[in-house]
Amino acid sequence: MADMDVLERQKKIQGLGVSRLRKEDARFIRGKGTYVDDIKLPGMLFGSIVRSPFAHARIRGIDKSKALAVPGVVAVLTADDLKPVKLHWMPTLGGDVQAVLADQKVCFQMQEVAMVIASDRYAAADGAAAVEVDYEELPAIVDPHFAMAPDAPVIREDIAGKDEVGHGKRTHPNHIFTWEAGDKAGTDEAFDNAAVTVKQEMLNPRVHPCPLETCGCVASFDKVTGQLTVYLTSQAPHLVRTVVAMLSGIPESKIRIIGGDIGGGFGNKVPVYPGYVVAIVASIVTGVPIKWIESRIENISTTGFARDYHCVGELAADNDGRIKALRFSALADHGAFNSHVSATKLPAGLFSICTGSYDIPRAYCRVDAVYTNKAPGGVAYRCSLRVTEAVYLIERMIDVLAQKLGIDKAEIRRRNFVKAEQFPYTTSLGWTLDSGNYHPALEKVLKAVDYEGLRREQAEKRSRGELMGIGISTFTEIVGAGPTKVCDILGIGLFDSCDIRVNPTGSAIARLGTMSQGQGHATTYAQIIATELGLSSDEIQIEEGDTDKAPYGAGTWGSRSTPVAGAAAAVAARKIRAKAQKIAAHLLEVGEGDLEWEVDRFKVKGNPSQAKTMKEIAMAAHTSNLPPGMEKGLDATEYYDPPNMTFPFGAYVCVVDIDRFTGETKVRRFYALDDCGTRINPMIIEGQIHGGLTEAFAVAMGQAVPFDENGNHLGNSLMDYFLPTAVETPHWETDHTVTPSPHHPIGAKGVAESPHVGGIPCFSNAIVDAFAHLGVTHMDMPHTSYRVWQQCKALGISAR
Amino acid sequence: MAAKQTVSFKLNGKPVDVVVEPRELLIHTLRERLAHTGPHIGCETSHCGACTVDLDRMSVKSCTVLTVQCQGADIVTIEGMEQGGALHALQEAFSEQHGLQCGYCTPGMVTRAYRLLQENPDPTEEEIRMGMSGNLCRCTGYQNIVKAVQAAALKLAAAREAPRKVAAPAPAREETPTPA
Repeated sequence: MADMDVLERQKKIQGLGVSRLRKEDARFIRGKGTYVDDIKLPGMLFGSIVRSPFAHARIRGIDKSKALAVPGVVAVLTADDLKPVKLHWMPTLGGDVQAVLADQKVCFQMQEVAMVIASDRYAAADGAAAVEVDYEELPAIVDPHFAMAPDAPVIREDIAGKDEVGHGKRTHPNHIFTWEAGDKAGTDEAFDNAAVTVKQEMLNPRVHPCPLETCGCVASFDKVTGQLTVYLTSQAPHLVRTVVAMLSGIPESKIRIIGGDIGGGFGNKVPVYPGYVVAIVASIVTGVPIKWIESRIENISTTGFARDYHCVGELAADNDGRIKALRFSALADHGAFNSHVSATKLPAGLFSICTGSYDIPRAYCRVDAVYTNKAPGGVAYRCSLRVTEAVYLIERMIDVLAQKLGIDKAEIRRRNFVKAEQFPYTTSLGWTLDSGNYHPALEKVLKAVDYEGLRREQAEKRSRGELMGIGISTFTEIVGAGPTKVCDILGIGLFDSCDIRVNPTGSAIARLGTMSQGQGHATTYAQIIATELGLSSDEIQIEEGDTDKAPYGAGTWGSRSTPVAGAAAAVAARKIRAKAQKIAAHLLEVGEGDLEWEVDRFKVKGNPSQAKTMKEIAMAAHTSNLPPGMEKGLDATEYYDPPNMTFPFGAYVCVVDIDRFTGETKVRRFYALDDCGTRINPMIIEGQIHGGLTEAFAVAMGQAVPFDENGNHLGNSLMDYFLPTAVETPHWETDHTVTPSPHHPIGAKGVAESPHVGGIPCFSNAIVDAFAHLGVTHMDMPHTSYRVWQQCKALGISAR
Repeated sequence: MAAKQTVSFKLNGKPVDVVVEPRELLIHTLRERLAHTGPHIGCETSHCGACTVDLDRMSVKSCTVLTVQCQGADIVTIEGMEQGGALHALQEAFSEQHGLQCGYCTPGMVTRAYRLLQENPDPTEEEIRMGMSGNLCRCTGYQNIVKAVQAAALKLAAAREAPRKVAAPAPAREETPTPA
């Protein structure tokens, strides 16, 4: 009976491990969310940005007169108007500076040149169309391979004299940084002595995260109080507040950033964009609230692109396919300003996770970043910085090696996996993988899909001239930035925070430094705290994103919410429980050590009828009946600095059938096993995996942001840029193993990015595998029907 | 600027009059003049469906409808789905099947599914995927949206067959299939 009671109480709490429904849904299913464009303040004006039609041009002059004559137009701001307040340039998260409004020249197409402020969005658009800008076009650099040619046009004249922009010596006016990791000499030696080596160039094309809601803000400056309030689409509101304080000189205590509801982010909403800054300045100048909302075309053209990594992968191995060394390099196109979102000490992000799930004794990698006349960036599109690029390289390269040696693509992974007993395992590039169990994960997936049967079917199909591909990806991610000794942005460590207050009647409110964009934080954080405190997750309110309310944190990106803020929530709750234990001991007149915790109460060991529930303790904490000298209340705050990153992993299999006459690819099956450690809410995890796999499908099969040789954007609306509909999107099968993180308070690792990171190479591996028997070792993304058909044509198999 | 015009239509069953420029888009009238911020703007080119509303028993993308085209129209938005304090079966199903994450596409999705289930009360998975293909979602991968529409279809069918026995939410606005 007692056990039934315990189960009943556990059920009531709806804590860790339960697929409870989401607390945030109630407003969304009614259309009652509050997104930035829903904000309407009295007297609010609208801003519309005038943008450059050229990728590279000098500005000879700007004529505002016609725009100012348009009915409803209040002001036209240009760089010259921002100069007196020194806001025409701003620092970027990548250590560079970026023009807020173009100062004398434009360096990419659609660059911000002026903002028209008007009474409504129609008048603002009319005004923007009436601003006349006189340009002198300059030659543009579009292909990063030509950026550092001796005679290349200088893109950034503003820093032409600087031999450094935040990350070491520059060797060319268009050079940003060169970053390297690992043992170059040792790696070269291993390559020289290897039985087998493989080398392959591969491109991670420029793509865009394209959340359904674009970026925007409403800036409202109160001239009387000097208070600046900004409603803003930000994944990291606290970092934005700090940047705005640095920029504007307004005390940080008088700046309030409110995230509200965010309509998807996927990395696009981490940086600080010029539109935000101009809207803020316009509000300071006019004294009324200013709304600026991007159009979709502006969003794809200018804010937060991802990737554009031009890579070369090399592996050295013995004849049995055991990898002896890895040598990876990348030419990184950062566009016209280095607004790459990266930790200060990690200019190429976490690219050095590129040894993947494998025990590789020697490794060296190098990234050269350059300026081009393209939009600045980039951001991490549903991944930690440069992890997709790294994982893509190793997961593709191991297939290239398997093909060279004629070893099965599952078998070569088995031979190279870090073994369970090797954890914690320090890679040759310096990361310590905290935990993993790769072999059983792969075997479980192979069995589930009948891998041997699929290979037999493939052999039969090949004998009939049909194309069938089987892709495998056995990836390891690195998430949860991060330990402050390694990770900071603008000097601020990437810790995160949670502040919990328990009310007298036993409900609680918790505020965190992160920012949900659909991940379901209001539900999952409440579940973590519910289990720690024995209070119902229904009665635990979660708040994020309002910098006046929440403690400082670095926001939600890089799958860091659960690893860092989730840990802060658990630790803060444990502080409360420790105090609650003292109160319970006092109330029950026993020693603390005589008590044990059970679901929602402390009970006296050996006398379970003597107990105090957390609700009872919460009330007591607000009375005079406390241990002598104890402070009233039941609150705690934790600023959590993680000791290490977390390393979620997975094993995926994708099966495709390709029509060799049309290049059309059908994803017949996609089976995804993820291990994210302790699972907080399986329903939400599965939803995150479905979404991540769909974004992986989008990147692998259709997304690219193309330019012509003059830097003209060739696909910046949803007419051209591929977002899969319900029709193209495959059916997803999900599975899991659980290998808890040993250093995380509840053993959780983060999950939302794994399916994107692990999914992309899985699709490419399946497509290439379909052609492997014909000698094809690599095909660059996106694998559109046309491009796959081109491969068929090149092989002479496309004719009927 | 052309002269403003008065346009009258029904919004979620209630008559409204607005005075707009001929170029004003329905989505802006709904969101900015009539405080119906449920329908969202995602692309302004009719691709994403976040702005989907029901206009004279058709799903339309209100970012490419002029308000002046709506004289005398009967418009239903997400705000009109809940009836007498009871959620529509689709609203419940989206939450129960985890068919939403960031919530930005959800009003358009629910509004489109509302019309789809009247056009086809018992759709197959393929028909749901095709019928919902004008509405983009970046978060869910659609699988749970499909499940939500299926679950709502079952619930609505049960409510039709045994209206008194099933403690279903209040009947949706129209439950009779519309002839093609």
